Amino acid sequence: MFNLCIGGPAGYGIETMAGIFEKILQRDGFYVFSMRDFMSRIRGGHNFAQVRFGTEPLAAHIDLLDILIAFDLTTYEQHKARLKPDGLLLADPELALTDARLLPVPLKQLAKEAGNPRTLGVVCIGAMMKALGMPLATAEAVLADTLNPKLLDSNLNAVRLGYANGTPKFTLAQGGAKNQLLLTGAEAMAMGALAGGMQFYSAYPMSPATSLLTFFSTHAAEFQLVVEQAEDEIAAINMALGAAYAGATAMTGTSGGGFSLMVEALGFAGIAELPVVIADVQRPGPATGLPTRTEQSDLLFMCFASQGEFPRMVIVVKDHADAFYQTARAVQLSRKYQIPVLLLSDQYLADSAATIAPLDVRKAGSSVQPLPGQAEAQGAYQRYAITPSGISPMRTPGRSQAVVRVDSDEHTEAGTITEEARVRVQMVDKRARKLDGLAAELIEPTYSGAEHPEVLLVGFGSTTGAITEAVSRLNLQGHAVGALAFGDVYPLPTKRLEQYWKQAKAVYSIEQNATAQLAKLIRMETGLRCTDSILKYDGRQMSVDEIVTGLHALGVGKGR
Amino acid sequence: MSEMKFQSTETAWCPGCGNFDILQTLVGVLNDLAFAPEEVLLVGGIGQAAKLNQYVNANGFSGLHGRSLPAAVAAKMVNQNLKVIVNSGDGDSYGEGGNHFLHNIRRNVDIAHFVHDNQIYGLTKGQTSPTSDPCSDTNAGACNLNKPFQPLLVALAAGATFVARSFSGNKEHMARMMKAAILHKGYALVDILQPCVSFNKVNTFAYYREHTYELEAEYDPTDIKAAVLRSMEFGAKIPIGILYQAQAPTFHQRRPEIFDETPMIDKHPAPDKLEALLRQYA
Ligand SMILES: Cc1ncc(C[n+]2csc(CCOP(=O)(O)OP(=O)(O)O)c2C)c(N)n1
Ligand code: SF4
Ligand SMILES: [Mg+2]
Repeated sequence: MFNLCIGGPAGYGIETMAGIFEKILQRDGFYVFSMRDFMSRIRGGHNFAQVRFGTEPLAAHIDLLDILIAFDLTTYEQHKARLKPDGLLLADPELALTDARLLPVPLKQLAKEAGNPRTLGVVCIGAMMKALGMPLATAEAVLADTLNPKLLDSNLNAVRLGYANGTPKFTLAQGGAKNQLLLTGAEAMAMGALAGGMQFYSAYPMSPATSLLTFFSTHAAEFQLVVEQAEDEIAAINMALGAAYAGATAMTGTSGGGFSLMVEALGFAGIAELPVVIADVQRPGPATGLPTRTEQSDLLFMCFASQGEFPRMVIVVKDHADAFYQTARAVQLSRKYQIPVLLLSDQYLADSAATIAPLDVRKAGSSVQPLPGQAEAQGAYQRYAITPSGISPMRTPGRSQAVVRVDSDEHTEAGTITEEARVRVQMVDKRARKLDGLAAELIEPTYSGAEHPEVLLVGFGSTTGAITEAVSRLNLQGHAVGALAFGDVYPLPTKRLEQYWKQAKAVYSIEQNATAQLAKLIRMETGLRCTDSILKYDGRQMSVDEIVTGLHALGVGKGR
Repeated sequence: MSEMKFQSTETAWCPGCGNFDILQTLVGVLNDLAFAPEEVLLVGGIGQAAKLNQYVNANGFSGLHGRSLPAAVAAKMVNQNLKVIVNSGDGDSYGEGGNHFLHNIRRNVDIAHFVHDNQIYGLTKGQTSPTSDPCSDTNAGACNLNKPFQPLLVALAAGATFVARSFSGNKEHMARMMKAAILHKGYALVDILQPCVSFNKVNTFAYYREHTYELEAEYDPTDIKAAVLRSMEFGAKIPIGILYQAQAPTFHQRRPEIFDETPMIDKHPAPDKLEALLRQYA
């Protein structure tokens, strides 16, 4: 397993370089997990990408580095402590670093020689290929496949010059991963939406959710989608609701700030029973917060946002494959139950790339059992007909003689405004009955670790990979630790939780927020109180190492 | 006269309210145009005006206060066979929904927007609206300390291709404006002066009857400069009629790669399309 960090100021093409390197690794049969740590600026500052690869599937980042590529002094200073004593530091001699691990490669000069000063990163790739003993041919092929033909010659020169000026250092095991897909969390989510049948997407740009809007716009013609950049998030969600009413499968996406603007319409979706998926790709708040960084602090907001009471579902995606399948499922659940489904991701997962096993489009598209056929009541069609399941037959306006009425006011079965006490209660109860059906759809948290855990960890969403790996490290050392990773969080599935909780002496929640929101939710829904929590809220995702260290500090996994 | 397919039901408006004439006239226009109730979608936000769709036997979408336009245009985007008409108030359309007003004009989705402009917030009992008259010594009740909003001027500035004004007390005129707006290809705005008998004691039936005048026969609605000048006329004299009409590609027409005669809701790309896309990530 190798761990590599590429850092420098914004504008150095770190993103592009990491992307090309990931593709080379994928092609050579390695599993990859690659994360981005970028500042909210277009030039300057300090950005880095961290690429982890090896011969086993990977789902998280770790701290210890085998290779550090520093385009500037800041990168060296910030990350040198993480570089192993026998690691490789690759930098331009211009930086005049004195470090025993240094392999100086005159990057700038070689890029110029290659015929394009902007090929700096590709020179690096060449030098890395040499250091890792990887074949130059794969790099050449990937460049040929990804680059604009006009730029290809200079880039091929660059990768060859880098290779010629590198030094062999590591021996890699043969990569054996086959048929892997390499994609980002955002791409997985977007394609999951398509698998689920999404036809309409409206959004207002906001990091880190913008990549969804970009993806859908790029593929709009190909998939015959309506994709509209709204004037604000209020418009975005109200558009989605108008489209859903008219019969389209609709979704909107944003980050916490934009979701805050959507809240009134979330309740509208609830009372009007309009199916919609709202993706919140979280970043640290409140307000503008840390625009390009990560957090899991919108959890409780998602569960409880809006005045009034109505059924909703909140699903947090855990990893790349999960993002695909859960988004497809969210779309289908929203249609089946005619409810808003809130789909949570975060910057870490959305922007990170990983190799995963092929995704099954057809399985994703039929992951929710369709509603059993419902006989419609006699007489005129009523949009909000009272039914045992709480789900009323939904017709598309213009597709039958019936007219379809929806209302944000409390309404009668026919969808006209009413203030009658009896009808109000009937309608609240009818909507609430959908929760009975939803209860049967809930997916229990995944469990990993010791069969009989003395210490139980609970987490949700994007920390799942790191938590799972931390647990398996501790298990290897003989500690009886296990973890439950939640995807469905609201309504909260509690069966497996209660089952493992009984066995454990201590339960710790591991969360990327400051107030232990998952622990609170569990306590609220079950009365169970976590022993303590490991919390991180500096905008950077916790690594496997940080979880292990955090557990050590709590007295777990030490002294044996 | 065609068969009367559209009817109005009992309403919750105050007796004598200008909204009754608007409702009656719209029902008449829909019957004249011989639409089927199921192909018409009436959209509203929240307010007295916005309740109109509740009182007609057509498809109805009663959304949130200020948010009728986003929902209306999206419904039209995904099924262009629906005849989409928005009826909402001046507060809903120009105040709470101001941003949507501005930007949906630019989108030019083929819908008609009828603003019942009573220059007041009716449902919430008489507060100042964006179009309330300016405050003066003689002005009792709600009035604007701020500069009143000029909806038609703003619509022209944003590039609207159909800008009209009418008065609920002149049903024949209102019917002509509504019909023209519905038949216009693109976003069509009709600002309808509508007396609120309960809360607006200044802008009454008599007031509007006295101050409004029909655009003269020679008036050229393709002349944007003339339209701009008339759109600012609001006081002693208020022009009613089509101030401006032009042809421009609609939202759908501007995107031929996406829209054809098949409504979007009927398009379901086969799974192999996505499978092919996924293979590009292998
Ligand atoms: C978000 C929100 N804010 C405020 C209100 C209260 N409200 C309802 S209607 C309305 C104004 C109505 O004025 P207008 O749109 O001119 O309609 P009218 O009643 O005059 O026809 C207000 C402020 C609301 N329903 N929702
Ligand atoms: S309050 Fe005014 S606008 Fe509302 S129904 Fe009464 S008269 Fe009409
Ligand atoms: Mg009003």
